[in-house]
Amino acid sequence: MARIIVVTSGKGGVGKTTTSAAIAMGLAKKGHKTAVIDFDVGLRNLDLIMGCERRVVYDFVNVINGEATLNQALIRDKNCNLLYILPASQTRDKDALSQEGVGKILEELKKDFKYIVCDSPAGIEKGAHLAMYFADDAFIVTNPEVSSVRDSDRMLGILSSKSRRAEQNEEPIKEYLLLSRYSPDRVKLGEMLSLEDVQDILSLHLLGVIPESKSVLNASNSGMPVILDEKSDAGQAYADIVDRYLGEERPHRFIDEDKGFFRKLFGGK
Amino acid sequence: MSLLDYFKISKASTASLAKERLQILIAHERSSQNQPSYLPELQKELLDVIRKYINVGQDAISVSFEQDEDQETLELNIVLPDLPIKNK
Repeated sequence: MARIIVVTSGKGGVGKTTTSAAIAMGLAKKGHKTAVIDFDVGLRNLDLIMGCERRVVYDFVNVINGEATLNQALIRDKNCNLLYILPASQTRDKDALSQEGVGKILEELKKDFKYIVCDSPAGIEKGAHLAMYFADDAFIVTNPEVSSVRDSDRMLGILSSKSRRAEQNEEPIKEYLLLSRYSPDRVKLGEMLSLEDVQDILSLHLLGVIPESKSVLNASNSGMPVILDEKSDAGQAYADIVDRYLGEERPHRFIDEDKGFFRKLFGGK
Repeated sequence: MSLLDYFKISKASTASLAKERLQILIAHERSSQNQPSYLPELQKELLDVIRKYINVGQDAISVSFEQDEDQETLELNIVLPDLPIKNK
């Protein structure tokens, strides 16, 4: 049975598209046929992060309007042949996505794909609403920062009241926390909310902590999802997240600071 | 305790301030999320009616809405001043 995952946060700039690209690639690399859809109509960027921006011919809105078939619009990833990207349209028409149209496309994708990853736009407007509406699982991407935590909490309220599962009284969407841009050093200094602080407020199932990492910008610069950078901390964090989502046991990492030579010398926990 | 700890300047951490602010805010937002949208207006109109007869302050009235499995409760709480009758 196919599962629809929404990657959402409310707040912008927390790493939704980075996360969508990484986990879609991770799931596909694990042998599951996966589609990743950009719901940010008017401001598409998933194509850039996935490095397929020059191969976009048709988009999500073209398929909804019947101007192209789903197969024409889906772009096969250059690194993994089980991964397909459905880019967003660059139209400025806010109503280009309809609930009925999105529902039909997702139904069609469910016949052929194991996982469908929906990259939500920021905010709580139509695109964000439609990205989460049909979801089975929600990945809440949160930064250890007040505005992000607040917006995540708002988003959780919306998931539990406005989604298809909520409206039809089905089993609720499974919600997972992905805490990104985490700096254990700053947490230690009392300059950043800790994982524990965030969990005291949101109390979600933790899928993983992604450390603040230079590799994320390097990955987006080159159009390669960061999970492919297997040596990087962020890449490994996403690989762990995919494994945990698939039910494998992986101890949590990147929560405590590394002990450098000088810190070892001077002690510290 | 490490050597470095002796040199650390102790000050209230901004992270704990952030957590405290968030906890208060989110508790408030969660409780108001489930209440009907007419509540603020209802509160204002009730206050206007009461102030016609009784000299109460702006914050003397509180309206709260609670939702259980099978019933909704609207609680109205008015704090009367020591001299309730308006002398006019």
